[in-house]
Amino acid sequence: MNMHHYTLHDFKGGIHPEQNKSQSTGQDISTAGIPKILILPISQHIGAPAVPLVKVGDVVLKGQVIAQGEDFVSCNLHAPTSGVISAISEAPVPNQSGMQDTCIQITTDGNDSWPPIKGLDNYLDAEPQALIEAISQAGISGMGGAGFPTHVKASIPASKIDTLIINAAECEPYITSDDALMRENAADIIKGIEILQAILKPQQCYIGIEDNKPEAIKALQDALKENKDDTHGIHVVVIPTKYPSGGEKQLIQILTGLEVPVAGLPADIGIVCQNIGTVRAIFQAVALGRPLISRITTITGDTVAHPQNFEVLLGTPVQYLLEQAGCDQNKIQRLIMGGPMMGFTITDNQIPVTKTSNCIIAATHNELADPAMEQACIRCGMCTQACPAQLLPQQLLWFAKSSNLDQAQAHNISDCIECGACSYVCPSNIPLVQYYRFAKGEIKQAKADKQSSEQAKLRFDTRNARLEREEAEKAEKRKARAEAAAKKQAAKKDAPPTEDATAAASDPAAELKGLKQKVLASQTRVDKARERLSMAQEQNLDTAGALQLGLDKQIEKLAIAQKNLEQANS
Amino acid sequence: MNLLNISSPHATRPGNTGTVMLTVLAALIPGIAVLSYFFGPGHLIQICLASATALLCEAAILYVRKKPILFYLTDYSALLTAVLLAISLPPYAPYWVTIVATLFAIIIAKHLYGGLGQNPFNPAMIGFALVLVSFPVEMTTSWSAPSALLNSSISIQDALRYIFLSRETIDAITMATPLDLYKHQVEIATATEIYQDPIFHGPNSDASIALGWQWVNFAFLLGGAFLLWKKIFTWHVPVSLLISLSLLSLFIGWDSDSYVPLSLHLFAGATMLGAFFIATDPVTASTTPLGKLIYGAGIGILIYVIRTWGAYPDAVAFAVLLMNFCAPLIDQYSQPRTYGHKKAVRGLAKKD
Ligand code: SF4
Ligand code: SF4
Repeated sequence: MNMHHYTLHDFKGGIHPEQNKSQSTGQDISTAGIPKILILPISQHIGAPAVPLVKVGDVVLKGQVIAQGEDFVSCNLHAPTSGVISAISEAPVPNQSGMQDTCIQITTDGNDSWPPIKGLDNYLDAEPQALIEAISQAGISGMGGAGFPTHVKASIPASKIDTLIINAAECEPYITSDDALMRENAADIIKGIEILQAILKPQQCYIGIEDNKPEAIKALQDALKENKDDTHGIHVVVIPTKYPSGGEKQLIQILTGLEVPVAGLPADIGIVCQNIGTVRAIFQAVALGRPLISRITTITGDTVAHPQNFEVLLGTPVQYLLEQAGCDQNKIQRLIMGGPMMGFTITDNQIPVTKTSNCIIAATHNELADPAMEQACIRCGMCTQACPAQLLPQQLLWFAKSSNLDQAQAHNISDCIECGACSYVCPSNIPLVQYYRFAKGEIKQAKADKQSSEQAKLRFDTRNARLEREEAEKAEKRKARAEAAAKKQAAKKDAPPTEDATAAASDPAAELKGLKQKVLASQTRVDKARERLSMAQEQNLDTAGALQLGLDKQIEKLAIAQKNLEQANS
Repeated sequence: MNLLNISSPHATRPGNTGTVMLTVLAALIPGIAVLSYFFGPGHLIQICLASATALLCEAAILYVRKKPILFYLTDYSALLTAVLLAISLPPYAPYWVTIVATLFAIIIAKHLYGGLGQNPFNPAMIGFALVLVSFPVEMTTSWSAPSALLNSSISIQDALRYIFLSRETIDAITMATPLDLYKHQVEIATATEIYQDPIFHGPNSDASIALGWQWVNFAFLLGGAFLLWKKIFTWHVPVSLLISLSLLSLFIGWDSDSYVPLSLHLFAGATMLGAFFIATDPVTASTTPLGKLIYGAGIGILIYVIRTWGAYPDAVAFAVLLMNFCAPLIDQYSQPRTYGHKKAVRGLAKKD
């Protein structure tokens, strides 16, 4: 095989935390089994929540769609095994802020029975649209972290894309789920990448993988060699181990030297990124017709007797997995979903594994020490050295602490990817990222406040305008009445009384007035509709959509009235 | 089960500010050892005196400010300030000079500004500058000659006596520093003549730049290299400082018959101590990579200017303080370009 040499482009900053990966790579992936109940949040992806298609008491088969993504940016949800729907209710879901959300609960029957499934024949020759449809049907969303619906990313016009990047860096400590998947399923992964190539037609495709996974690297390279025609130009690019090389923006920078423009997407520079787990799910969906109902999750931490990777049914409660791995649950001091750098703590062990749950760390006190007492910032700049976004964390801290939001924004706080590298290195043990999250929240709030005060002002203005117009309308009417009365009086005096009614009707001036009034009345209705809409928008009401339609209708009517008036005028 | 609920990151590097300060203190050891070898026990006594003063004073202020005393004392920042101040002072300065300098450094330069991290000026250098300006006689007549040039080396008793009791016979052991000497001699003599003085080559020609001083500077350079390796600070400030000082010396002072030569600038004064331990004080330095280069270069230039045309023989303190003054402004105009942005932001946001 000819070796390609790539110029790797380092990214600025980064850290080398203790890896803690070897604990969980000792065994092959094993199946976690079927817990008694599965809890499936309807929102495991970014976008609109899926809409449940089942009701309590329904019997479902493995792989059956139980909730449907009705929006384009949404995802289907399937039953991970057969059983009965035992509840559709609010339950704690994996989330930074410990929120609850609607979950479909399945009481499993242990039969694990599938209806017949079938993939697309000759899928590599299929139309891209058919492939995207298969991915969409399978309910796949990004499995590396964010959970963006995969069919949406796959629908970016192929003409815009020249580079496909498969993110296999897995740079966070502890997590080995992608590593395990690559070691054991490299062939599927390569086939999955071919499907993406058939859809997006990129000129080049890189698999970016950190050099701390030699076995996975070899497995991928072997799988590529076995693949009869190596014409697809898939390249395994080994990158130095450094956190956060697996951040999408950083990986793009390492592999291409390009930066995703601020507030832009990778597609803006011709790049699409997919995670290794997602690619495997794509293969299963397209080639086998298997929807996304399970994933690989690392169970690790010092309280776990057998740290390892499991193939886990979506919806499996964390507690069940901890039991499977022989965890002494009384010793857990911190339970983390995700990695130690960007993961979040969960305080409820009934929280389920979702499409994005790559790791669960059940840590002891010794392993991840309690936060040390915060000392003063000594401006040592170690955070600046570590920041991959090239921010000045110590300045941001200063602005965040003093609630100086203008300066925080001017120092690009919104470009902080919350990777935690700065907090990690800070000798003064300042929880920098927490301050940034707080400041970002405040900035968001301030923006929302400003918007709503602008909305309120708009509403006030339109209301005033309406009142003025109403007043004018009334005056007009009064005048018209007075004139009509005067005319009548005059007519009575001058002419025989027989004519008056018909004369008024055919009087063009009177007609014009009528039309004018119509326009004014219509204008008033538009104003009122606009007021209602802005009020609804301000309070984020669901009715806003309907009100918008109403407003559009009124505007249409107003336009007609105005046209009539114009015609009459000319 | 009582699970902790905290937001990421969950892993942090072990150690704290105290660790950083202790590492810097450790890196000072070779320099202090060499200083004591060549100039007697004066500096060790000054270090003890300054440290005790600083710690007591800091504890008292923390008590008054109602802060946890032990927690703050063990960030070792007061200790580091004291040690840096003590080794900058002449070894046989009277005790009250050291105490005044230390008190001023801790109370005025540090705590009146809000304590560690808030002080715009390097406390040790503020203390040093104050006594240099206030007590010029004591400050310029308390450097001992390298012991090799004395009849007998300075005993601890002698040292204690000079510092605490009587300065009557101190003239027997003191002499001008090589930088000072050269600066004054060069107005009337040629380089060859000046180099006749044994302070430059030693009694047995065992020095090549300046007796004792060259080794002191090498020792501080070594300590600085250690700190660079430990990533306590980056190379930017010391390197740009040394380069700018060297360039000026080469371009302006190439003629050693009229100016102090480069070798003495680098290895006969407080240059290495200043470059690696004073200018790199994080709190008061610039923090952006570009800013650090400007900041370091500024100090190097000022050192040269003050040494050459100023009234004071050494200039590290004033140079550092002047650049401390500029550091916030430098920071604002040297922000790095954030990922994904076309240009770096310059200056602060405009108020609207
Ligand atoms: S690492 Fe911590 S102490 Fe150092 S400058 Fe950054 S915030 Fe300040
Ligand atoms: S969390 Fe934000 S500020 Fe800190 S290192 Fe990461 S990107 Fe930089």
